[in-house]
Amino acid sequence: MANETQSAQPADESQGSEDSKPIITIRDMHKWYGEFHVLKNINLEVAPKERIVICGPSGSGKSTLIRCINRLEEHQQGTIDVDGTELTGDLKNIEKIRSEVGMVFQHFNLFPHLTVLENLTLGPIWVRKTPKAQAEEAAMMYLERVKIPEQASKFPGQLSGGQQQRVAIARSLCMNPRIMLFDEPTSALDPEMIKEVLDVMIELAESGMTMLCVTHEMGFATAVAHRVIFMDGGEVIEQNEPREFFENPQHDRTKLFLSQILSH
Amino acid sequence: MKLKANTQEFEPGTHPDWKAPIATSGPIAWMRDNLFSSPFNVILTLLAFWFLWTIIPPIIDWAVIESVWNATDRRDCWAQMSEPEAGACWAFIQSRLSLFIYGFYPEPERWRVNLCFIGLVLFLLPILWDKCPGRKVLLWYCIAFPFIAAWLLVGGALGLPRVPTNEFGGIMLTFIIGVTGIFFSLPIGIALALGRTSNMPALSILCVIFIEFIRGVPLITLLFVASTMLNYFLPPGTTFDLLMRVLIMVTLFSAAYIAEVVRGGLQAIPRGQYEAADAMGLTYWQATRLIILPQTLKISIPGIVNTFIGLYKDTTLVIIIGMLDPLGIGRAALADAEWSGLAREVYLFIAVFFFLCCFGMSRYSLYLEKKLHTGH
Repeated sequence: MANETQSAQPADESQGSEDSKPIITIRDMHKWYGEFHVLKNINLEVAPKERIVICGPSGSGKSTLIRCINRLEEHQQGTIDVDGTELTGDLKNIEKIRSEVGMVFQHFNLFPHLTVLENLTLGPIWVRKTPKAQAEEAAMMYLERVKIPEQASKFPGQLSGGQQQRVAIARSLCMNPRIMLFDEPTSALDPEMIKEVLDVMIELAESGMTMLCVTHEMGFATAVAHRVIFMDGGEVIEQNEPREFFENPQHDRTKLFLSQILSH
Repeated sequence: MKLKANTQEFEPGTHPDWKAPIATSGPIAWMRDNLFSSPFNVILTLLAFWFLWTIIPPIIDWAVIESVWNATDRRDCWAQMSEPEAGACWAFIQSRLSLFIYGFYPEPERWRVNLCFIGLVLFLLPILWDKCPGRKVLLWYCIAFPFIAAWLLVGGALGLPRVPTNEFGGIMLTFIIGVTGIFFSLPIGIALALGRTSNMPALSILCVIFIEFIRGVPLITLLFVASTMLNYFLPPGTTFDLLMRVLIMVTLFSAAYIAEVVRGGLQAIPRGQYEAADAMGLTYWQATRLIILPQTLKISIPGIVNTFIGLYKDTTLVIIIGMLDPLGIGRAALADAEWSGLAREVYLFIAVFFFLCCFGMSRYSLYLEKKLHTGH
């Protein structure tokens, strides 16, 4: 499976296109939680259609980093520029960026009081002002894509974890985002369900979506990522193309981390 | 289906589901589980049966079998029984029924109260029943109803003669205070809860002060303030109807409690729900209305209905400032020499009236909880 997708991966498709300017630019970014310095001097450029996997030990700031990109967390220093708009306290800008950036959470965060279909159409109807019928049609298309159209009228509480996460992915896609953020999308799932979610993510990757993914699924990283970023203690320690990253890590901290996650 | 069938007969993975043995399902199992599960429970069950056996027959005897429904006064009533005071004298309640319902509302105008009551049923129907036919149109009517009701009851405009509010009384008064309080305290309470949890410090502090002040003072005190002191605060010469003042005080009082109940609900919503709504690009008001409040109100239903039931029963406190709700009417009726000594009947009647209303609310809230349950 991994080998197939890897060979199908057109590595040059995005990285090679130097003419396109970065869709996300983070410069000298710092963040504190009270006194605690969680993110230190982050510099990151993401090209359109680029797929990045961010890994690192817990508490390394990787989730916080991607949550800064859609301003679920506020940064205190430096600049974050998403799709030509700088993230500041301006609510209008924040809402605009959020509607362009989809996010998938570790615990799915589906709306339990709405059916699957209503979960999917809520954003398009209220944020994009899409007519209901049209939003529902699009939602069914995305449910087909994540392979659970038959669950449309159920409530999230009636689905398995893997199904819920696929609904969550479809919900983000319904907004036609330009960028997708994944915050440990498979960490809360049973082993049997991880694959169904990863399959959907791999399919999404092949369709050319810009993706930033916090995950420890190293198979997924090798299969689809253009770049793997390793973070520790709030800093980017090392980043490289996946094969290089796994086979020839430069930094001692990276080597230790990789030996720990690969040996269990 | 045979219980003695050997499990070995089935290949692994092909064992069918068997019917549960009688001992784990059915009425016998239920009785064994719930009534006779231990020696102590057997004793409790028997005691409960004995207790019911001793109190229920006499009550039925008094309230139904020996009761008298038509009589001119107390003596006449007792004369019709096997012995005086052996049964209930419902004739008394019957003779005062219109007083219990309308208070001192002038008789020729009472059709207005009846019409208003029909209007109230039409008002509650679309609110309480989401599959009600023509609900969309009726909801517009619901918004207009408080004003229609005020016009019908008070009059003084568009051809209806004015009825002073101090002639209101009885069950009608209870309904007016109860329904107004419930209808307006919910939105005010929700707004206060959102204000208190808001991250705008000035708004939040204002809401905290309001809630804590109102909650920290007994309702009776607020009613006294309404009936006497409010005039000192208002510009001289303004008259402000007493019933109106009571309505405002009761509404604010229960709004403060609703606010705290709703705040509890807000805190029970996982942070992920706010984050998912934010990440989607919804505005604060969209997220609040579409994601947060529906879930908050659902989990707050028991607390909200609890507050409403409390409010409804607290309407009897207006007796203190001279308004005659059913309890006040009852006390006044008992002062009549021809009927004195029938307190049991009067208070039982009032108790049953309040119980039916409150029990109705409680059952409705259970129905609502069940309906909104979406499985987890």
